[in-house]
Amino acid sequence: MNAPGLFSQLLEVLIALALAPLLTGWVNQCRAWLLNKSAPPLTQPYRKLHKLFHKELVLAEHASSLYRAVPYLVFGCMALACAIIPTLSTDLPLSPAADAVALVGLFALARVFQSLAAMDVGTAFGTLGARREMLIGFLAEPALLMVLFSASLLSRSTSLTTLVDLFAHRELAIYPSLAFAGVAFTLVSLAENARIPVDNPATHLELTMVHEALLLEYSGRHLALLEWAASLKLFAYSCAGLALFFPWGIADARTPQAMLLALPLLAAKLTLGGALLALLETASAKMRIFRVPEFLGSAFLLAVIGMLVNILLGV
Amino acid sequence: MPLDCILSAVAAWLLIGIAGVAALRRLTLVAHLLFPLGGLAALLLAAGAAWALTQPPQTVVLPLGLPTLPFHFRLDSLSAFFLLVLGATAAGVSVFAAGYFRRGEGTPPGLLCLEYHLFLASMALVLLADDAYAFMVMWETMALSSFFLVIANHRLGEIRRAGYLYLLMAHLGAIAILLCFGVLQANTGNYTFDNLRAQQLGPFAASLAFLLAVVGFGAKGGLLPLHVWLPEAHPAAPSPVSALLSGVMLKTAVYGLVRVTFDLLHTPLWWWGALLLALGLASALMGVVFAAVQVDMKRLLAYSSMENLGLIFAGLGLAALFAAYDMRPMAALALTAALYHAASHATFKSLLFVATGAVLHATHERSLGKLGGLIRFMPWVAWITLLGTLASAGLPPLGGFVSEWLLLQSFLFAPGLPNGFLNMLVPVVAALIALVAALAGYTMVKFFGVIFLGQPREEKLAQARDAGWWERAGMLWLGGLCLLLGLFPAQVLLITNAVTRPLVGAALNTAGHDWLLVPVSLERASYGPVLFLLGAAACVAATFLLVRWRYHGRLSRVPPWDCGHPDLTARMQDTAEGFGQPIRQIFEPFFRMERELPSAFDAAPRYRVSVSDPLWHFLYLPLARAVEALARLVGRLQQGRIAVYLLYSFLTLIAVLLVVRR
Repeated sequence: MNAPGLFSQLLEVLIALALAPLLTGWVNQCRAWLLNKSAPPLTQPYRKLHKLFHKELVLAEHASSLYRAVPYLVFGCMALACAIIPTLSTDLPLSPAADAVALVGLFALARVFQSLAAMDVGTAFGTLGARREMLIGFLAEPALLMVLFSASLLSRSTSLTTLVDLFAHRELAIYPSLAFAGVAFTLVSLAENARIPVDNPATHLELTMVHEALLLEYSGRHLALLEWAASLKLFAYSCAGLALFFPWGIADARTPQAMLLALPLLAAKLTLGGALLALLETASAKMRIFRVPEFLGSAFLLAVIGMLVNILLGV
Repeated sequence: MPLDCILSAVAAWLLIGIAGVAALRRLTLVAHLLFPLGGLAALLLAAGAAWALTQPPQTVVLPLGLPTLPFHFRLDSLSAFFLLVLGATAAGVSVFAAGYFRRGEGTPPGLLCLEYHLFLASMALVLLADDAYAFMVMWETMALSSFFLVIANHRLGEIRRAGYLYLLMAHLGAIAILLCFGVLQANTGNYTFDNLRAQQLGPFAASLAFLLAVVGFGAKGGLLPLHVWLPEAHPAAPSPVSALLSGVMLKTAVYGLVRVTFDLLHTPLWWWGALLLALGLASALMGVVFAAVQVDMKRLLAYSSMENLGLIFAGLGLAALFAAYDMRPMAALALTAALYHAASHATFKSLLFVATGAVLHATHERSLGKLGGLIRFMPWVAWITLLGTLASAGLPPLGGFVSEWLLLQSFLFAPGLPNGFLNMLVPVVAALIALVAALAGYTMVKFFGVIFLGQPREEKLAQARDAGWWERAGMLWLGGLCLLLGLFPAQVLLITNAVTRPLVGAALNTAGHDWLLVPVSLERASYGPVLFLLGAAACVAATFLLVRWRYHGRLSRVPPWDCGHPDLTARMQDTAEGFGQPIRQIFEPFFRMERELPSAFDAAPRYRVSVSDPLWHFLYLPLARAVEALARLVGRLQQGRIAVYLLYSFLTLIAVLLVVRR
């Protein structure tokens, strides 16, 4: 472990923590513009977090200690996920601890904890949300793994830093398998981050909620942590997508000063990505919960086709 | 000598069993003295096995059995690995059992003690046996003693039925194994494993032996379509026995298959691996889909065992595939994944089964629809069970994740296979494994959430008391093993490497990485659970402290909000059936469902759905009917009159004479 490595590791986590609510704010702003509404300011998520942290915590009377531990656990999982995805630099000391498969496991761990917490109070909407969240999870997780496998077959490695290092230093060429994987990844990230068409982050109708239903009973600092964790998850997914499919500009161990350039580049990529996400969301409608298996099934198939293309054609 | 250590542990188990018969109805003596002693003997066995892993194989011939047929025993690294799993698991289960057995539950405690320890001893000797004769004797002792344990509560008709089915399938498997040894000895008449190993069989005979082994050991391991006994027998048995059946006995099937495929037969053919892979994956998928719709907590776990055994067999299939193409390091990786999963499944499934025992004793309920909210009344059981649940769901940083990680890694190597057709199947197979792992997560959230979280679905649950100290100690031991297997994979690899080196001639790289699991190279893939856990714990602790320091820790307790709905009752929660509903809808072709739906005008509407195994209806029931019809035909021969029997003898004599004259 070396000093620049440690520095880039810490910088990555701090930047993720600081920028994640901004990304959420940006997507919300774009969406409001596209819907011809007057948009909330870019800093609205920060204000909300600040307000929630200040509020008193109101807890259901028979909530167990698991319920109280989960916000911290989920937040910790998401922060760790942001730490192992190479967003600015590939010189990360934590990276050997978790590869692409472990990253998927980390997201699954957070999802399981959050669903368990939603079942803890024992309200109708909480358990409904837990069931739906796990349904979306078990459909999305294999598709996500397949996407990562398509990439690892090209690079002969599941280590995220090796993957990004390799993709960042190849000549500009279009890999058909990665194109399939990219489409599949987009579909999966929509589902995993509770965006339209799978879930609506702005919904106020209890029966259609998935992610919001998990948080219904949470308040105060717990809610703040979970909201923050949700934006961290969006940030982590966006960064993972950028790292896999548009890795140019990420610094490696040989050139730590390239991180100076990497940060504005990342900001630019995220700005573009967030706007695209808002466009995708406004252009589509939320689907019924039992259409979701078809939606994610097609993502799964696309990812498997990507892998097949890779194995048969070797590209 | 490690072998002496192990044999004395086995002898101790037998003595404890006999002592149990002497103290037939003295529950305190049996429970609080004999069962803990059995646990100590299990620790001795585990210690001996761990010692044996560093030693060359040892053999001993015991002059037991028939005069000219002594029992041969041999302790090599493969046996030692499975003995280690047996000893470590049995220690926890025995301590749990010390607090579990109660007065007036079927078989008297002393007899249970005998059956239990005989079962343990026969499993240990199956793993040690070095000739077909000793193996079969011990295999049958294992089946019989576990049969009596399964029907411990024999006053219930359904339990007797489950026991009968179990015995039937066990014998079907035993016949196949016997025939397999018959093929392996190749007319030499010598059944020692040394001789079987020395035979060079042609491809036809070798394939026949392999297929018989798959049928025989598959029947024990719950491989499709021989799995039907598993979801019946596991729920019928008392919980510590279910824990042993699922955690350890199913692993003897894995042991047997590894022994035959990689040790007694030399080089596997490629289609053996493909067949085993396909069967394993089919069982895994079927098992997990059925587990997700179960409403009885022990049946759910039994189907989940079928899923895990399916994954283990799939790993073995992949190892055989690689070994057939002489890709030794990859074969070692796949075999390690299978062995690792066997070890972690032994720990977490035993833990979950004993946890259901604790819940059963506290609430007298096995149906998920009548449980709920137990984390408030049984915090010890709930929190330790959470460990097993997470391990079973294959989540980091626990044992189940490491083995799934290794399995997926070995699939990523498969495109190097020199067979184009197999290469095309690889993504499909990897996708199925990922799907099974994700569904296991769904099932486990249902299991833990419905039993321990939410509001109690029955009023009597509020009287549920936490498990006693013996039970807690046993569960803590098993939970600790789950954690150890999850956190120190590099150290566990030292053990599995000792097994894979003689079997496939290669081992995984462990040099230089104490805290990282690096199966091939650091560039290729690595996983460091301790670093991972430390990273996560640091993030969680930092968040907690910062939030407390920067803001406040105020808190008030109020009734749940539930979006403002005024009358919240426990019946508004999602039920176990509700949790299974999406699975029933998505995987409809897997099930045979009978639905009874109310019409809109029913005064007393009734909704009923029953889900059953289609194989039972399409395969087993027709088979049973055919056997019955055949038996009735044969029964006509039986007239009960001596004249007719004399006529039969006469006709037989004439037929024999006709044959002999030619």
